[in-house]
Amino acid sequence: MPAQAPGSAAEPDGLEDRLQRFATIWSRAVFPVTATSLTRPEIERHLLPLARDLSDALHARPFDPAPAHRVGAALVAAHCTDPDALSRTLGVVDSYLVLYCGGDGESAALEELRARCARLQHALAAGFAQALRERTLVEQEAIARSALVARSFAEQALHATEARFRAVFEGATIGIGIADLEGNILEVNGALTRMFGGLEHHVRGRRVSEWVHPEDAPHVWKLYGELVRGERDDFRVEKPFYRGDGTVLWTNLTVSLLRDSDGRPQYQLALMEDTTERRLLNLRLRYEATHDSLTGLPNRTLFFERLDKVLSSGDGTRFGLCYLDLDGFKAINDSLGHAAGDRLLVEVADRLQSVATRPGEMVARLGGDEFVALTTGTDTEQQADELAHRILGALATPIRLDGRELTVRGSVGIVEGPAGERGPAEVLRSADITMYRAKAAGGNRFERADPEADARAITRHGLTTALPAALDRGEFFIEYQPLVHLGDGSVHGAEALVRWCHPQHGVLGPDRFIPLAEHTGLIVPLGRWVLQEAVRQARFWNRSHADGGPLRINVNLSPTQLHHPNLVADTVDVLERSGLDPGALCLEVTESALIGADEDLLKPLRQLAEMGVDIALDDFGTGYSNLANLRRLPVSVLKLDRSFTQSMQRHPIDPVDLKIVEGIVSLAHSLELAVTVEGVETGAQAEQLRELGCDTAQGWYYARPGAPDRIHSLVLADAV
Amino acid sequence: MERPAWAPPGIDISVPSVSRIYDYYLGGSHNFEVDREAARKAMEFVPGLPKVMQANRAFMRRAVRYAVGEGVTQFLDIGSGIPTFGNVHEVAQAADPGARVLYVDHDPVAVAHSGAVLEGNENAGVVAADLRKPQDILDAPEAGRLLDLDRPVALLLVSVLHFVEDADEPRRAVAELRDALAPGSLLIISHAAYEGIPLPQERVGGAVGVYRDIRNPLVMRTREEISGFFDGFEMVEPGLVKMPEWRPENAVDQEDPYAFSGFAGVGRKA
Repeated sequence: MPAQAPGSAAEPDGLEDRLQRFATIWSRAVFPVTATSLTRPEIERHLLPLARDLSDALHARPFDPAPAHRVGAALVAAHCTDPDALSRTLGVVDSYLVLYCGGDGESAALEELRARCARLQHALAAGFAQALRERTLVEQEAIARSALVARSFAEQALHATEARFRAVFEGATIGIGIADLEGNILEVNGALTRMFGGLEHHVRGRRVSEWVHPEDAPHVWKLYGELVRGERDDFRVEKPFYRGDGTVLWTNLTVSLLRDSDGRPQYQLALMEDTTERRLLNLRLRYEATHDSLTGLPNRTLFFERLDKVLSSGDGTRFGLCYLDLDGFKAINDSLGHAAGDRLLVEVADRLQSVATRPGEMVARLGGDEFVALTTGTDTEQQADELAHRILGALATPIRLDGRELTVRGSVGIVEGPAGERGPAEVLRSADITMYRAKAAGGNRFERADPEADARAITRHGLTTALPAALDRGEFFIEYQPLVHLGDGSVHGAEALVRWCHPQHGVLGPDRFIPLAEHTGLIVPLGRWVLQEAVRQARFWNRSHADGGPLRINVNLSPTQLHHPNLVADTVDVLERSGLDPGALCLEVTESALIGADEDLLKPLRQLAEMGVDIALDDFGTGYSNLANLRRLPVSVLKLDRSFTQSMQRHPIDPVDLKIVEGIVSLAHSLELAVTVEGVETGAQAEQLRELGCDTAQGWYYARPGAPDRIHSLVLADAV
Repeated sequence: MERPAWAPPGIDISVPSVSRIYDYYLGGSHNFEVDREAARKAMEFVPGLPKVMQANRAFMRRAVRYAVGEGVTQFLDIGSGIPTFGNVHEVAQAADPGARVLYVDHDPVAVAHSGAVLEGNENAGVVAADLRKPQDILDAPEAGRLLDLDRPVALLLVSVLHFVEDADEPRRAVAELRDALAPGSLLIISHAAYEGIPLPQERVGGAVGVYRDIRNPLVMRTREEISGFFDGFEMVEPGLVKMPEWRPENAVDQEDPYAFSGFAGVGRKA
């Protein structure tokens, strides 16, 4: 520092104090025109060293204005960039620098200082201008560079975005196309090109309006019109297109309207998914699901759909249904083989189809050799019969198969009626039942449905299905019919007769449900239950009534029970559990069940007989009674069928009938078999049978079947 | 510097930018002729605009120094614009060299410029995001790097909320940010208002029209409306006041009359 200012800040009016006052004036002048966020005192502190530099330069020897140049630059660095900041600075320097920092020189020296001050101002202005120009250029360059960088980033981002969109567009497996609002196709992606057969010129450059297809849904082009007019933003349809080679492309098509930033429609965007194969597959699956693969006829599913539709339509529609089952088809299948059987079915199907050609007629195969033909209209009462005639007529000509002529016949059940009353299942069941009636009547004919016949069959069906639950719920009970000793009229035992207390049908006799139980196999558990109950009851009677001699209990065995491997074990088990003497049990077996019985079948009966259980041959005389066979059967009782008893009622009694009964009794006795008669209704019959030598009897004359306590009272009173 | 995932709507420097106009008011040269033209137009209506901006910068400087004095050394400056001089990181890091600053702006040029200015400053960064989508700001990796949201943050919304129209739900955006901040965080707001401008409202309306024309509408709000942004904050003394009145360091009566335009205040999250 060439000119260390004399004095200190503390010294009033010393140089430092004067510099401080100069800086204060300077800062007050400049502060209003700066944009800095500094406070004025801060600016003042910033200006103080600059003031000192100016003061030093004022006095320096040799004189050098360069420091003032730097002061000008420092102003710019302190963000005093406003031109007014310069003019105000120059004003302050001009007015106060020499005044505050000039010292007390003589006028010549003062003149010199004033000249120097002027030159310092020139340099300060030049420094300010140069720094401001530099700064301006730097900042301009910086902002321009920032704009470039930002633009470059934006372009990169845009490029990346575009590349991404391009990749999405090209790589999408969905077909994408863009068209203008006139329908000119502008751009399509690879997937769309491939859908149309792989050649881009087949698609690009074409017009949307060329894509009309006869199978277009009626609203497609209306939606399209709304879209290009800007009334709709998108629509989605299933639409077919012709490919370049004339084949058809099916698509799920979504068309959207693309608008510009002001909302004006600009382009249309189509997204399409190729559904051709799926559609074909669906059609094929639908066909396969609804047609019989052997004959090509509609199958059960399609038939039910159609029937359901017909039956649910109102306005006086009627329907006629012919249910055809071939007669003896099983025999053909068995003798000629399934392949031949199949060809026969195909021929039958063809013939049926050729005769059911009227409007509203339809033929279907339900399965096996069962076919149905449906006719609908208003006059089906007559048409159904005609259709059945035509069906039977179609079968009249023998079918040629492997060089031989086969005569095929069928049974047809017809159901006819108004729509809206019954469901398809009910109608078909009625037709099925009716068909069986035609078959039972000899086949090669048709029958019309009859509500009563249906009802019988339906009841039978209902009972069969209700049987198992009925046993579980304890709906069965047993009635007992006394067996009376013809010699003295005493009660000798009772036959157990099972009843079903059906919740809807009331009490049902065994003829109503035993055949059904036989058919379903339920007879085995039912029979075991009857045996248990009857034996338990007999044991109860014998305990409470020991003095009158043992009461016997007769229980019926059905053919299925007879064949059941557990018959002996079950019977022994029941007897042992109850403690009833085997000799008090008599099992009744029908004569027909034992026809042609071999030793294997007889063995269990023989075992039971050896244990002391009586075996009675029930309904004797109804079948082909092989008298010679009686000797080898393990039976001890013959029960004469009620038909013999009935013949005793006539007046006069046919002597031949008498002779027959007499002969049977005599034969039985000679084989040491007791004879029981059933169906005794009058005292005269009883007397007659007693005279003929019968041992025991049962029938309404003595008592109807009843509750077990009635037997008890009968025993006490004796029967007659 | 981070870029948005999708391209910004494009960089068009033939359209004026509020960041560069602001720079021009403050005597900077980080601007183009279109910006200067708009600024001059606005100044025809309100000649004192540079003084308003200067008062605003001075308020920001005092508020940042106040925050550091209160021990809050993390700054989230949304709408930071073009840092000409006296920026948050300069003020804050002068007061505490460890102070961290995250700048946010939606003007790509401003963001690029900030990126250049902040190069080499480990404790400061910039994110291209929009105040109207606070979650984008909070989710930005730079935010994760620079801000510890478990500790108090000073959130600066200085001269930015008046560029968010009510339809864009500025209060919801502020509330969303507030909910992300730790208790003790500070909200620093300055906002334009007709109140305090030493001119008739119609004159000021002319300047507002300039901003509308450059598609950056300036939304003037009342003091009461501006107070609403401080929901969930307790006002720090002296509350929401004219900019020079907020903890002044100069004699208030020496301030330029234009410095009293609009309101400023600081709130503390409870």
